[in-house]
Amino acid sequence: MNNEEKGIETKELSLSMGPQHPATHGVLRLILELDGETVVKCTPHVGYLHRGVEKLGENRTYLSALPLTDRLDYISSMANNVGYVNAVEKLFGIEAPSRAKYIRTIMSEMTRISSHIIWLGTHALDIGAMTVFLYSFREREWLLDLFEMTCGARLTASYPRIGGVRNDVSQQFLDSLYEFTEQFPERLKEYETLIDKNRIWLKRTKGIGVISAAEAVNWGLTGATLRGSGVNYDVRKAFPYDVYDKVEFDVPLGTAGDVYDRYRCRMEELRQSNRIIKQCIEQLPTGPILAPDAAKFVLPPKENLFKSMESLIHHFVLMTKGPLTAPTGEVYCATEVPKGELGFYIVSDGSGTPYRMRVRAPSFVHASVLPRLCEGGLLADVIANIGTIDIVLGECDR
Amino acid sequence: MEPLQIAEKIKQAFPDEVTEISSFRDQVSVHLKKEKLHDICLFLRQDPELDFNYLVDICGVDYLGKKTPRFEAVYHLYSIAQKHLIRLRVQVPEDAPTVKSVTGIWQGANWHERECFDMLGISFDGHPDLRRVLLPEDWEGHPLRKDYPLEGFKGEEDWPGFTEVVELSKKLKEFEW
Repeated sequence: MNNEEKGIETKELSLSMGPQHPATHGVLRLILELDGETVVKCTPHVGYLHRGVEKLGENRTYLSALPLTDRLDYISSMANNVGYVNAVEKLFGIEAPSRAKYIRTIMSEMTRISSHIIWLGTHALDIGAMTVFLYSFREREWLLDLFEMTCGARLTASYPRIGGVRNDVSQQFLDSLYEFTEQFPERLKEYETLIDKNRIWLKRTKGIGVISAAEAVNWGLTGATLRGSGVNYDVRKAFPYDVYDKVEFDVPLGTAGDVYDRYRCRMEELRQSNRIIKQCIEQLPTGPILAPDAAKFVLPPKENLFKSMESLIHHFVLMTKGPLTAPTGEVYCATEVPKGELGFYIVSDGSGTPYRMRVRAPSFVHASVLPRLCEGGLLADVIANIGTIDIVLGECDR
Repeated sequence: MEPLQIAEKIKQAFPDEVTEISSFRDQVSVHLKKEKLHDICLFLRQDPELDFNYLVDICGVDYLGKKTPRFEAVYHLYSIAQKHLIRLRVQVPEDAPTVKSVTGIWQGANWHERECFDMLGISFDGHPDLRRVLLPEDWEGHPLRKDYPLEGFKGEEDWPGFTEVVELSKKLKEFEW
């Protein structure tokens, strides 16, 4: 006998979750209509971190728009940089030299590992398994130290350049990274023993937030969030960029499309990323790190400014007007960042600044699917669903 | 299918709607009139050879002073099974910036269309919930329009409410023993 039959008056409770909530991974606000513990309606409110990146991009040169991309998904800045740089290179029709491409691939995959590790730690923390969080930051620290060694920054890297990378990697970096790839599979096993067969973890993740393959595609999901439903779509395989066509890796797929399968996909992706890094270090060719025609896009070395008039003029023009060789046209270039498909659609009118710079952010699309995942489920599962779509609000709001 | 073949196929099916087919860096854009956009999208989604099941992105571009009509809504479509990509550029005039919504075909269009409305003021007919998404609901103007200023309409002093806030903060700092 339910409450209405008993004659007890009931009404739906409206709950505002966030914008400051530890489990929302940023500033996401959800308006939840609750019937007891069941979520009847979920309305996400985003935009708290909106900084107008697209508008800013239209008013900056191709070079100075690069640091803006750091601030999109701020825990995987290097991958965003690589995405932007690839789009601009495609627009200008230049190609980075082989060594630079390998370095970029290494950086992208290091970013993927550090981003997935942070996801694993916080997702487990949200659901109630705190220990993983403490261990996962150990490996993240190692990777961030390596980033610092190469480009001087831990988070906002701005390391790739149009036509290559900023500086070469050192032997010390490669040795340390190789040691990391040797140790990482063991560490990964540690995490898995902590949660893989944990009964609480299984109860909280299996059969929660289920989305079928056709529906996931229809909603425009990408990355591991899509592949957990068993759809084989990975930008690295569909539109290979950098050296993804020269290394061997598998695309892990789930079957059930629930929180647990997406978790398994990301864990397997960590192994594959590790494999890619290892292959890249082994294959890393010697040679230049900037394309021959990259001088039109990259600032001359600082010491030359004091000696050579040409460098000074070149520097001035690049900073004020931007690269002057832009063709008129438009390109869409997608890359697989840890969250999913990050696309840059750049419209050029031939000047040194992009006429329109559109960022197709995976987190924005993933946040839009939250009502579909949460409605009809329990309040506690909202937390699991926010974790499983792996959103970063800096990227969502741009 | 090759992108140019896809473009030709759209032109065969809707000869009056396609105004131009352009290609740059191996990417093909199909320029369309806005009237039959929904039908064209439905055709692209349902035709078994095309099978565009994944809507990558919708965005708007403002060509103020460069082109008439002023706006363009740009759709990127991809087929996961057939592995091909196409770009639709739909002309949207300034005096009636309305396009038919494609949320009925791809659910993922929902927030993209809301963002396009938010940023450029292009509204989508038949959208279930067309509100601003990134900006506050009472925001005036559409920031990605080219005539929207980068640094605000007025100086900091003239910002509505600014002087009141300054006065209030002064008042709150005053402390009487």
